[in-house]
Amino acid sequence: MAWVTEITAIREAQDRKAFAALFAYFAPRVKSFLMKSGASADVAEDVSQDVMATVWRKAHLFDPRKASVSTWIFTIARNRRIDILRKQRRPEPEELPWGPEAAPDQADALALQQESEQLRSAMAELPEKQKDLVLRAYFGELTHREISEATGLPLGTIKSRLRLALDRLRHQMK
Amino acid sequence: MTEIKHHLTDDLLMAYSAGALPEGFSLVVATHISLCDECRARMLAFDAVGGAVVDDLSPVALSEGSFAETLARIDAVGADAGAETAPEPTTARSGVFPTPLQAYVGGDLEAVRWRRVGGGVRQAVLRVDRSSRVRLLHIPAGTAVPDHGHRGTELTLVLQGAFRDEVDHFGTGDIEIATEELDHQPVADLGEDCICLAATDAPLRFHGLLPRIAQPFLGI
Repeated sequence: MAWVTEITAIREAQDRKAFAALFAYFAPRVKSFLMKSGASADVAEDVSQDVMATVWRKAHLFDPRKASVSTWIFTIARNRRIDILRKQRRPEPEELPWGPEAAPDQADALALQQESEQLRSAMAELPEKQKDLVLRAYFGELTHREISEATGLPLGTIKSRLRLALDRLRHQMK
Repeated sequence: MTEIKHHLTDDLLMAYSAGALPEGFSLVVATHISLCDECRARMLAFDAVGGAVVDDLSPVALSEGSFAETLARIDAVGADAGAETAPEPTTARSGVFPTPLQAYVGGDLEAVRWRRVGGGVRQAVLRVDRSSRVRLLHIPAGTAVPDHGHRGTELTLVLQGAFRDEVDHFGTGDIEIATEELDHQPVADLGEDCICLAATDAPLRFHGLLPRIAQPFLGI
């Protein structure tokens, strides 16, 4: 469960050591992501500090059944990119009440974290041309029409896992 | 609610996840996902692709004092307590519209400011940036929307009732993705008025003379 311990320590004990470790790994990658997305080094530095401060403040919203820590930080960085670099609004889906306070299912969390790792290895195996398209899509270089050529990723198992967690949540809500 | 039959395509979900959709399309996608767990799971899977992309990036050097500056940002907000804790995601909803749509309408169904567009059909154009156009459509039971084609893509999400066109039957929660090739004339089912959210990334192409003349005034 990569980085989940650190997020938990930040949430529960405002642990600055855990935050320092998280920062050392993610801040240089978030900055890289923003620069690949077209930001200058200065802007990317500023926005990545902002993203990491948000990680600290919103640690209580992280849910390990829904995303890996990398995925969660990606969504924060992406939203800042749309906000600040594109100056656009981004409508978000209605949230489901699956915050950590809803007693997360540990087995679901563990399984999702493992699926995320497996997806990462599966992506490393993609043909070079497809991998390149995926990267360009996530750096915001492609329109949605151009993106159709980048689809066909091995997402079946992680999707089923997420679907299962959602079904369980719906069941609890009843 | 009836079972959703017509879902989002992978390219739309991936583009939404990558942050590459025009604002109006993002609104339709976010509204559909609010109603559809299948597409929500697929969206979360595409978000996971973004996580893998971030993991595999080569790190870039941070500026000197980057960590200390970030801590200072955290402390500055901490001192100004409450300011950042305010907008938590909302989950409670009552009414017809999912929350992302309510944010654009400024309320639920009763807050919509409809305008007549002929043939009993009413619409309300929602304000988004210039990359797309979005409108709500109110089609009385049994009534047809003017026959039209598309220069770009049109996404139509059913929020209430149902319609049928040359392609299929679309019930509440279903989404129709119409491309350049499709000319269609949606007709609302008998029994209930149909309310849809429709977005395009290029102006529509009407076949009748009257809708064509009216088009500039309708903003679609």
